[in-house]
Amino acid sequence: MLDRALRLHPQVAVRPEPFGALAYHYGNRRLVFLKHPDMVRVVRSLDEHDTVADTLTACGIDQARWPSFDRALTDLVESEVLVGTDGAP
Amino acid sequence: MSTSLVEQLHGGLDAPICLTWELTYACNLSCVHCLSSSGRRDPRELSTDEAVAVLDELRDLQVFYINIGGGEPMIRRDFFPIVDHAIANGIGVKFSTNGAFIDDEAARRLAAMDYLDIQISLDGTDAPTNDAVRGDGSYDTARRAMDRLAGAGFGPFKISVVVTRHNVDQLDEFQALADSYGAQLRVTRLRPSGRGADSWHELHPTNAQQRQIYQWLLAKGDRVLTGDSFFHLNALGEPLPGLNMCGAGRVVCLIDPIGDVYACPFVIHDQFRAGSVREPGGFTAVWRESELFRSLREPQSAGACASCGSYDACQGGCMAAKFFTGLPLDGPDPECVGGEGELALAGVTSAPRPAMDHTRPGAAPVLFRRK
Repeated sequence: MLDRALRLHPQVAVRPEPFGALAYHYGNRRLVFLKHPDMVRVVRSLDEHDTVADTLTACGIDQARWPSFDRALTDLVESEVLVGTDGAP
Repeated sequence: MSTSLVEQLHGGLDAPICLTWELTYACNLSCVHCLSSSGRRDPRELSTDEAVAVLDELRDLQVFYINIGGGEPMIRRDFFPIVDHAIANGIGVKFSTNGAFIDDEAARRLAAMDYLDIQISLDGTDAPTNDAVRGDGSYDTARRAMDRLAGAGFGPFKISVVVTRHNVDQLDEFQALADSYGAQLRVTRLRPSGRGADSWHELHPTNAQQRQIYQWLLAKGDRVLTGDSFFHLNALGEPLPGLNMCGAGRVVCLIDPIGDVYACPFVIHDQFRAGSVREPGGFTAVWRESELFRSLREPQSAGACASCGSYDACQGGCMAAKFFTGLPLDGPDPECVGGEGELALAGVTSAPRPAMDHTRPGAAPVLFRRK
């Protein structure tokens, strides 16, 4: 996942919340919780970088936390909140 | 789910995750369990302009979708303009209907809309079971609407079932019916709200049936929608999919046809009325500042349930179910799977009455007329 190029699905809206954000996919009607403000920053800046790893670096995420981000981002791809920049799931 | 997130949800959000909006009290049916005691239109109902203003507020609050109900929402002449305005402003619409107003033209119009979900209510897989609760002819009406939606290529609509003592054995048949249409099945809990206050005692599933529902839902996982309405069953073991909490006034609420805001769709009663969208500050002020909603976002007492090992799993159940059966809010749910609710109900002498009754004169609920 770390070497992939990802972006928010065009049908996903993100609403900031004190715990992080709510993300809603208008296509598949799934509601997803982004459970940390850092995760929201990462998700929002994915399309500015070539890979997930570049995004994590740019957002100043400590490398020790990368595995948990990797897992969370995998879940977000699974729920189609994130897609590859080439449109691939 | 992380504890901090659950705590934050209990403490309430700046805007609801979703809300229910009953557009009208008018209805062509007189279902015995109608949550809103619908039938006659209320002359005070929100105008089209007022409804549009509420939608603009919800857009600004980034409410992703609304559940529209009634009454029968399609009775409103401005039903389509209201739905169009919501969707044009990024608010997805899920609406509940008995199907009576879905003719071929409406089916085509609905099928052409994006971000629209339809729930057709059906409470039996055969006419006698369904019509005993929803009224003569309502089974055929609902099936006709489903046929028209399928014919118009709407795609996967939803079949919405309130589980009762009489249809609980039909759950597999409901699933088969949904599958035959490529539809999705939604099953929800019967509440003693509205006219349900009078029919609940003879309609609600028995304790043995509660277990049957739990096992069935557990096997289905998230393939069957429930509106998270069965979290009281989580005391039986592995939790069912969903948030497992009462969202009333915290992450959900109800706007009724005259613009009054209640904590949830099941508590139309002065005690749970937070305000009105017609007051200065509109819906946003009610959501953020009402005394009622603030108090619901405080930590709630487990009361009589504090010593029960299952409290963390069931959260004491449904506030509305307790309230309208006359039980204390800090005690067991009337359908407590541990049997505590039945014991508590035995000692109840009176229960609160729903705040409003829009039942049409002479439209006596069928369940009682049949006796």
